[in-house]
Amino acid sequence: MNIHSLSVKELNNKLNKKEISCKEIVESFLSRIEKVEPKVKAFLYTNGDRARKKAEEVDKKISSGAKLKPLEGIPIAIKDNMCTEGMPTTCASKILSDFKPPYSADVINRIEATGMIIIGKTNMDEFAMGSSTENSAYGATRNPWDPERAPGGSSGGSAAAVAADEAPLALGSDTGGSIRQPASFCGVVGLKPTYGRVSRYGLIAFASSLDQIGPITREVYDSALLFQAIAGHDPKDSTSAGLSVPEITDFLKKDIKGLRLGIPREYFNPEMDSEVKNKISEAIKKLTDLGAVVKEISLPHTEYAVSVYYIIATAEASANLARYDGVRYGSRANKAENLFQMYSLTRGEGFGTEVKRRIMLGTYALSAGYYDAYYLKAQKVRTLIKNDFDEAFKACDAIITPTAPTPAFKLGEKSTNPLEMYLSDIFTISVNLAGIPGISIPCGFSKGNLPIGLQILGRPFDEGTILQIAYNFEQATGYHLRKTNI
Amino acid sequence: MSVDKEVIKKIARLANLYYKEDELDTSARELNQILTYVEKLSKLDTGGINPTFQVSPIENIYRDDIVGKSLDLEHVMSNAPEKEGKFFTVPKIID
Repeated sequence: MNIHSLSVKELNNKLNKKEISCKEIVESFLSRIEKVEPKVKAFLYTNGDRARKKAEEVDKKISSGAKLKPLEGIPIAIKDNMCTEGMPTTCASKILSDFKPPYSADVINRIEATGMIIIGKTNMDEFAMGSSTENSAYGATRNPWDPERAPGGSSGGSAAAVAADEAPLALGSDTGGSIRQPASFCGVVGLKPTYGRVSRYGLIAFASSLDQIGPITREVYDSALLFQAIAGHDPKDSTSAGLSVPEITDFLKKDIKGLRLGIPREYFNPEMDSEVKNKISEAIKKLTDLGAVVKEISLPHTEYAVSVYYIIATAEASANLARYDGVRYGSRANKAENLFQMYSLTRGEGFGTEVKRRIMLGTYALSAGYYDAYYLKAQKVRTLIKNDFDEAFKACDAIITPTAPTPAFKLGEKSTNPLEMYLSDIFTISVNLAGIPGISIPCGFSKGNLPIGLQILGRPFDEGTILQIAYNFEQATGYHLRKTNI
Repeated sequence: MSVDKEVIKKIARLANLYYKEDELDTSARELNQILTYVEKLSKLDTGGINPTFQVSPIENIYRDDIVGKSLDLEHVMSNAPEKEGKFFTVPKIID
């Protein structure tokens, strides 16, 4: 029995029945990491000693006769843009290579309060800017289904770690698809919650009006549990929603008979990848068999989403990343003769190519004379995109689309053309602009044995319904059970 | 609308970003490619449409004026690239 391939539910059962110890669980994942990391490179940092210590505490609790809650003692990997007190947090950037945050993100406090064990920090595109994890200053992560291919991004390390059984749970962050697209590429479950559902306190900011933290897991059930653990109001994040979070596992007990699912015609065009198209069609058929009612809908402003996104996200990034000035934290260029040189050399040397490109684009879009034509215009078109969803959700309970236009692409295939890379987010970006929740789950495999993802979108704060649909689909198909050969 | 080397230099100065002379052309080319792509927005009529700067229906949030826990000074200062005691040091600002 490989402990690292057991489901979270099985791990919890075996812990409570004292068939395995928490120490054994942690050791199993640590040795799995040691074995596959040379091939996958999902982690920037592993937390072995602290994880072992935590495991001992959990084992003491079990031997004292206490019963563990479902996620207690379960290891989790954290994307390296979430602040972990006293543990390196680099954002996969050279500029934060030695940074150890003096505080933890709200999600980290919740993770620890629930009793999960942080096993390491995962690789990502620098400052979460990218769709392949190739923009990491510390080298690319590889897709466990085919190490020649990208795991997607920017949460590629978290998705690859979960797919390769290096961690049963992970956290990612999603600004334009950075949880869902890697989940699709790696054949795992990735949930982007509604904007405001999960606190952004301690999440290193990329685009503040779009960023959201969410779970990356092997199964929908785990996604629901982890979402429940991290969601909720946080007074330290002024955009955090004051709403209470319903009991999510209750949704998983329901079937999907009579649920109305919208299929947006703009997401299906004749040029789309035929394997993706076929798998999505099969998935829609399956959902119909399960009792859902499918209807075609329209999201007419879809074609503008990538443009709107790359103006808004870069504008916000240019402001957010102004804080890396080499004064209070982060690296500092040492050959500067004056203050301005210190700033520009520190930033010029510390940031990678893509980060600089986006700061430039954002600065341009916000600069005098261009603000109205780019930034303000984009914010207005964002309203149209949001209105499209509001209108669609009057006639349906959830929306079904592909997560990504293709299965995982090869490393290097798109890294020389920024625009082509941006277009790989075409199906996920609108969701962040509108602030709604979305989930990607595996819905089959290509002929080359690469996973294909199905995206389910819901009304604001209705994560329950999309998890319900995802769970029913998963249990009826079982694609989540297929493992990589890594 | 075409971004040339001079515009790149200006934007780089605004953004406090050092670019080597031989990187300016590439940067201009890439920025132009992206700006050409986003040009499609200008064709859309947005008369009478309000911007959505953020999606949450939240307005101002007020907090009670009470003293909370502050970060540990030593821990905060330990991340500073250069410091003197409890001060950050920077190159001379005024000549």
